Amino acid sequence: MNVELRDIHKIFGKLHANAGINLSIPAGTIQGILGENGAGKSTLMKVLSGFIRADQGEILLDGRPVVIHSPADAIRHGVGMLHQDPLDFPPMHIIDNFILGRRGGIFPNRKTAIRDFNKLAEEFGFKINPEASVDSLTVGERQQLEILRLLWLGARVLIFDEPTTGISAAQKAKLFAALKLMAGQGKTILFVSHKLEDVEGLCHRVAILRQGHLVGDAVPPYETRSLVEMMFGKAIGVEARNPCAGAETILRLQDLSVEDYRLKIRDVSLEVCSGEVIGLAGMEGSGQGLFLRSVGGMVRSTGGRILLRGRDLTGRSYHTFKKHGTAFLPAARLEEGLAAGLTLTEHVVLAEQPRGFFVNWENSRQLTQKRIEAFNIRGTPASPVEALSGGNQQRALLSLMREPLNLLLLEHPTRGLDIESTIYIWSKLKERCARGTSILFISSDLEEILQYSDRVLVFFAGKVTPPLEASGLTSQTLGELIGGKGWPDLGAGSQS
Amino acid sequence: MKSKTWINLAYQSGALVLALLITALILAAVGIPPLAAFGSILKGALGSTASLQYLLMAWFPLLLTTAGVLITFSAGLWNIGVEGQITLGAIFTTWMLRLLQDSSLPAGLIIFLGILAGILGGALWAGLAGALKTFGGVNEIFGGLGLNFVSTALTIYLVFGPWKRPGVASMSGTLPFERSLWLPTFEGTNLSPWSLGVAILAMVLVYFLLRGTHFGLRLKAVGRNMKAAYLMGVPTWQYSMLAFLLCGAFVGLAGALQVTAVYHCLLPNISGGYGFLGLLVAMLVNYQALWAAPIALFFALLNTGSIQLQIVYGLASSFSGVFQSLLVLLVLLGEGVRQRLLKKS
Repeated sequence: MNVELRDIHKIFGKLHANAGINLSIPAGTIQGILGENGAGKSTLMKVLSGFIRADQGEILLDGRPVVIHSPADAIRHGVGMLHQDPLDFPPMHIIDNFILGRRGGIFPNRKTAIRDFNKLAEEFGFKINPEASVDSLTVGERQQLEILRLLWLGARVLIFDEPTTGISAAQKAKLFAALKLMAGQGKTILFVSHKLEDVEGLCHRVAILRQGHLVGDAVPPYETRSLVEMMFGKAIGVEARNPCAGAETILRLQDLSVEDYRLKIRDVSLEVCSGEVIGLAGMEGSGQGLFLRSVGGMVRSTGGRILLRGRDLTGRSYHTFKKHGTAFLPAARLEEGLAAGLTLTEHVVLAEQPRGFFVNWENSRQLTQKRIEAFNIRGTPASPVEALSGGNQQRALLSLMREPLNLLLLEHPTRGLDIESTIYIWSKLKERCARGTSILFISSDLEEILQYSDRVLVFFAGKVTPPLEASGLTSQTLGELIGGKGWPDLGAGSQS
Repeated sequence: MKSKTWINLAYQSGALVLALLITALILAAVGIPPLAAFGSILKGALGSTASLQYLLMAWFPLLLTTAGVLITFSAGLWNIGVEGQITLGAIFTTWMLRLLQDSSLPAGLIIFLGILAGILGGALWAGLAGALKTFGGVNEIFGGLGLNFVSTALTIYLVFGPWKRPGVASMSGTLPFERSLWLPTFEGTNLSPWSLGVAILAMVLVYFLLRGTHFGLRLKAVGRNMKAAYLMGVPTWQYSMLAFLLCGAFVGLAGALQVTAVYHCLLPNISGGYGFLGLLVAMLVNYQALWAAPIALFFALLNTGSIQLQIVYGLASSFSGVFQSLLVLLVLLGEGVRQRLLKKS
């Protein structure tokens, strides 16, 4: 089925999530939709699949304008969507889940349904027992079930929203084979992702969204650099950045070792100069969190030395590090960073070095008001922190950092934030760098790592790469390293 | 902000009315006319100079214990061991007075040292609960409860053992001290201006400590979120310990004053339940020091007034506890309901 989107607009509050998007996809195409988090991909797909209504614009299927009121309506038109988190009903039998959503008859005919199911599954090489329970399935198998269900319901346009998240490599291969098979049958596939390698390996063509706009398209052979440039609006990691020329060394790690009950990190050596940003990449729980906390004194290292501006702080507590200009911002904002029940003003007072015995509340309120303006926090000095939104909480945390700082340790500084907040927060962090603060940050967002780091450490099951120049990395190589591939190739030559 | 205060007030008055209603129902159920009963409580507490004096004598220890537990509550600690801390204050004071009573030191100094010892005793006992929590991982509720039993046993042992009256030991306690070791009282009463003054001063002190100082704010941060407080640079376990020690000092002072100003001896159950009652007051005022003094006065009024209930109707004077507990329960319940409604809307 040919799909055409004409001038789609969708506005959420202040955010223009889709700003006049035009896209035409012929039948039998695997169309990639690429863009970073918050670019408007999911919004556009939800418009097409009837989960939300566009504020403006029209949808044409096979040249006929249609109005899609709901997901059930979409499937009647032949449009089905697989979500990032498969939306099924775990305690059910697979076959019941499969039947669900089918129109007609009070008593569904299980026998024919099972026959259809098995036939379809065989066609795609999926091995699922229809009588088993849904919660016995892996994420990848749930996805397969969902594909079968949509096809059985008559979908001719299938939308996949980040389908390669959380599935194994084998399942990914199976998924890609199934997608190609469907395209060969004349189905239209929309493949939404922010993963370059997936899109490059699969799609017949790619449309790139950035901040709600369709900024470009591409066909194979893809040039990764230009895709990345379109996604982020500028080339990332292309120009060699060298902030360290002649700059002072802020942090020096000598053969640092640290371990917890799961992981052992051995002999990491690193020198970070003033103003430098080090990205720590890896799958969650690969050791980067442990490493970051040991560098701030929150976890005692088991070997090696930590020097901050030449001062040996090995084995000292976080409070000693703090005294010497270190700040740590945890990912769990309300669990670890902010105290629910206290106001912004109270946080500002707490974060400052106490002067005198009594709190000068009037001064503190004024100081807080200044911070609120400087950090664009939507709230008042008297707002309790738990009343702020996630982005505002993160900005509030940032606003609490003392001045000046030598070293800033960040866990997922922009996780869960919209694009506006992300950009804002990094602009504030870069200001700090310009004033000489060094940053170590953890992120599971490859683009964030590549875009903002000078050098990158990749963690895999407690192993750590030597510092890699971000300018020499692509999301491809980084993604492989994170997944544990390509490690032996890292010669000592890349050590800096 | 303004409207929030009013809504709060509305919920709290609602809880008060409901508590009165339920109490009235209970009274009616046992055949006592509720209104008359309430009237006799008021009369019992405020009806004469003597009853006013008793009211204030119930007020000052309650003020001190409330002041103390406000500090531990601020730090997020449930100092259930407060009864034991009062008791240890009383024991230490008695101990010091016994040591010095035959010495040549001036009486005033002996009293002063005795009270100081009481403060120390309370702080030590609270410090023990704090140390158990901080270094031993024993929840302060269980630690405090255990230490309460130990303190009761210790008192009984002392009253019936080493410190027993010449002749026959009795539940009425150790031999009273000489008059010179009593805190001076208002002419013709048993009420000491010293204890009253000290208690009011303590409450004012705690009010400013919690509201206006870095120390108070940091305590509050520890109470709200230990991890965040640590990351903001607050030495957390040290502040928890300090909260215990300070609370212990205030309630130990209460115990010391019970010995020097009220009973003039050590007797079993010298804490008189003021510790637990202080916890109730603190919960009722939602840990805000400003309201603690009037609410404590109200509770003291119920306690002294209900003695009249016993005289007139033969109802156990502990009946005041029924009303007090109901009130706290209903206020907490009202808060829960309000939170739920807030979430829904």
